[in-house]
Amino acid sequence: MKSLLTFLQGGVHPPEAKGQTAALAIERMPVPDELEIILGQHIGAPCAPTVAKRGEVTEGAMIGEVKKGLGVPLHSPVAGTIKAIGTSAHPMRVSAPSVTIAVNHDAAPVEYAKSDWTSLSGDELLAKVHDAGIIGIGGAGFPTHVKLRPPKDAKIDQLLLNGAECEPYITADHRQMLEHASEVVEGARIIMKILGVAKCQIGIESNKPDAIEMMTRAAEAVSTADCSIVVQGLQVKYPQGSEKQLIEALTGRKVPAMALPSAVGVVVQNVSTATAICDAIVYGKPLYEKVITISGKGINKPANLLVKVGTKIGDIVEYLGGVKPELAKIIMGGPMMGFAVSSLDIPVTKTTSSVLFLTEDEIDTTPHSACIRCGWCLEACPMGLEPKEIGIHVEANRAENTAKFGVFDCFECGSCAYICPAKRPLVQFVRLAKMKAKR
Amino acid sequence: MSSRRVFNDMQVPENQSLSAHREWIVSVSPHVKSNETVAKIMWTVVACLMPPLFLSVFIFGFQTLIITAVSVISCVVVEYVSQKALKRPVTITDGSAVLTGVLMAFVIPPGVSIFLPVLGAVMAIYIGKHLFGGIGFNIFNPALMGRAFLLATFPVAMTSAWLAPVDGMAIFSYFGSGIDAVSTATPLAVMKEQGMAAFTEMFGSGASLYSSFFLGWRPGCIGETSGFLLMLGGGYLIYKKYITWHTPVAVLGSIATFTFAFGGDTLFTGDPLLAILSGGAILGAFFMATDYVTAPSTTIGRVIYGVGIGALTVLIRLKGGYPEGICYAILLMNPLATVIDGFCKPKRFAGPVGGDK
Repeated sequence: MKSLLTFLQGGVHPPEAKGQTAALAIERMPVPDELEIILGQHIGAPCAPTVAKRGEVTEGAMIGEVKKGLGVPLHSPVAGTIKAIGTSAHPMRVSAPSVTIAVNHDAAPVEYAKSDWTSLSGDELLAKVHDAGIIGIGGAGFPTHVKLRPPKDAKIDQLLLNGAECEPYITADHRQMLEHASEVVEGARIIMKILGVAKCQIGIESNKPDAIEMMTRAAEAVSTADCSIVVQGLQVKYPQGSEKQLIEALTGRKVPAMALPSAVGVVVQNVSTATAICDAIVYGKPLYEKVITISGKGINKPANLLVKVGTKIGDIVEYLGGVKPELAKIIMGGPMMGFAVSSLDIPVTKTTSSVLFLTEDEIDTTPHSACIRCGWCLEACPMGLEPKEIGIHVEANRAENTAKFGVFDCFECGSCAYICPAKRPLVQFVRLAKMKAKR
Repeated sequence: MSSRRVFNDMQVPENQSLSAHREWIVSVSPHVKSNETVAKIMWTVVACLMPPLFLSVFIFGFQTLIITAVSVISCVVVEYVSQKALKRPVTITDGSAVLTGVLMAFVIPPGVSIFLPVLGAVMAIYIGKHLFGGIGFNIFNPALMGRAFLLATFPVAMTSAWLAPVDGMAIFSYFGSGIDAVSTATPLAVMKEQGMAAFTEMFGSGASLYSSFFLGWRPGCIGETSGFLLMLGGGYLIYKKYITWHTPVAVLGSIATFTFAFGGDTLFTGDPLLAILSGGAILGAFFMATDYVTAPSTTIGRVIYGVGIGALTVLIRLKGGYPEGICYAILLMNPLATVIDGFCKPKRFAGPVGGDK
């Protein structure tokens, strides 16, 4: 066993809480009667609908595209009729433009045939990645084809696949790696061809020993002299799945502030994005389904579900037998960085990794008190910032002076607020500071 | 949602369905937090101070327990009244007033009147803490503010109400008897005012001197005498990661170094071990200089702060008007904590390309 790597500075150890779903195989959820597909699923310009109300669509047909600017097309997850082009509830933006599709349950399922991709050039593969609507499904939602086309002057020497899954509760990537190890590796080979690199490292935290074993076997099966795919175990530490922290853990390189990973010669993709790339290139299937973890003590039947993009939380709850009366908080995403939602009408997007139904004893509701300057947040911050000073300044109405404490380097991992003994909402202070501070 | 399909045979009960009226919490991430709280930290520190308190009862008599109890109760009452008067939420259960009470009792002599800690509590909690804005906003360590106030207002009691340590079960003899009959002087005062010869005559020398001082059998303030038990408590706080080892090591290391250099008749002939074991050096290093609110919060800042405290302590001990200096040394360094924090920044993950603008 190779020694376990990790990043050097900061980090916290929240309870992993993955036991509820880690052993549950991915289950395909039946398609609900109606899907709401949000048009702006990725970072960049939102899609404009290419369909009209009452129009018929087939499974995998394009329903939206980006004419100008950064973006990828959007596909219909089902056969059905366009019921409306309106707005949907959204966890961050309150409401967002969307396409509502009434599902035709009688349509025959689409068969995707396997094809050989090895004869295609890097540019052709890249175009297919774009056409399949693939974005970073680990959470950020950055269009993948852009990430796979680094600046010309950047010398990329390796691909890193992110299988850390450091957020508590979530097991979606874990199950993907267990059940679709060969697809992850195939996706990695495709990306390596696009980037023209011969080395790939897959970083997996050591709390998933079965995934490390499966992935190692799958990687060894395809590794050759000019295509080396290595699985690397990582120590369990949050936020290991953050891009900069993962790069440091696997390569020892530090991405400078305000720079992209290509500045240190690497490209990072999530393992689930790799499977999506495999689906797109090998089977020609666009990205319109997503494996998500449904967990927490507040749901009757936790599960790892393969759902259609556009499935509403409410439909998932009904499918899983309802919620417990003790349910106190619903979170889209992980408990460290996810968004608490106020409505069950919010649809799943390509970047949703989990929906958590947490009870009172799983969450923290302690009111916060004044900063006692213990400095624990300084030790927890993986970026070496000063969360306590940002909080103190924001509370004193001096948010515009917080740039010097590193507020713009903060990626809001929440390690500081997790560790804070005064329970201060430091991420909230940071978000306020980012709005008001001068760069 | 009227035309919801039934996915499987499972019937969702009404109170678990979405159609039932429900409310849930919406707040900013992270949604899970560690189980460390300010109250847990404060009460843990209080618990770490209990062994030295029990030892002080053993060596100085029940008087010390009464003084400590009065000090704690006064601090809690003053905190309650202050917060009521200032219309702030009452937080007496968070243990911080209790901790101030214990620490203030620990730095006053065992033979003083029990009214002194009551006055000290008003100074420590009302003026030293709440008039500055309450917990987190005080510039000076409240317990030391209380001690400094008492030292200035009751100089005779605060510098002469010492008790000689007693052996074995002699504590019971204090019942009903006067206590000033056994008053004595602290090692540092004897050393300063009567010289080393008198000190050796009174306390002995060599290994037996160090071991009795280390265990706590010497005159001194209520909680400062037992280096062993204080280090045990402080060591537990380090193990729990509530404090880091840097501050106590910097304080004690610099006291030892500066005493060795300047504490003897000629350069480099001082007794560093005796300097650490006498006075309130160990109590101050582990429990006062590590007070979160009044100390810097970066490692390098804590080292600078600790060395500053050590240097000032030795300066006051050797050249100042008082035999012991760590109380004033910490109070002098307190306001510099934020200044030190201002230039001792944590190390950033990586700067921007081409360095900072």
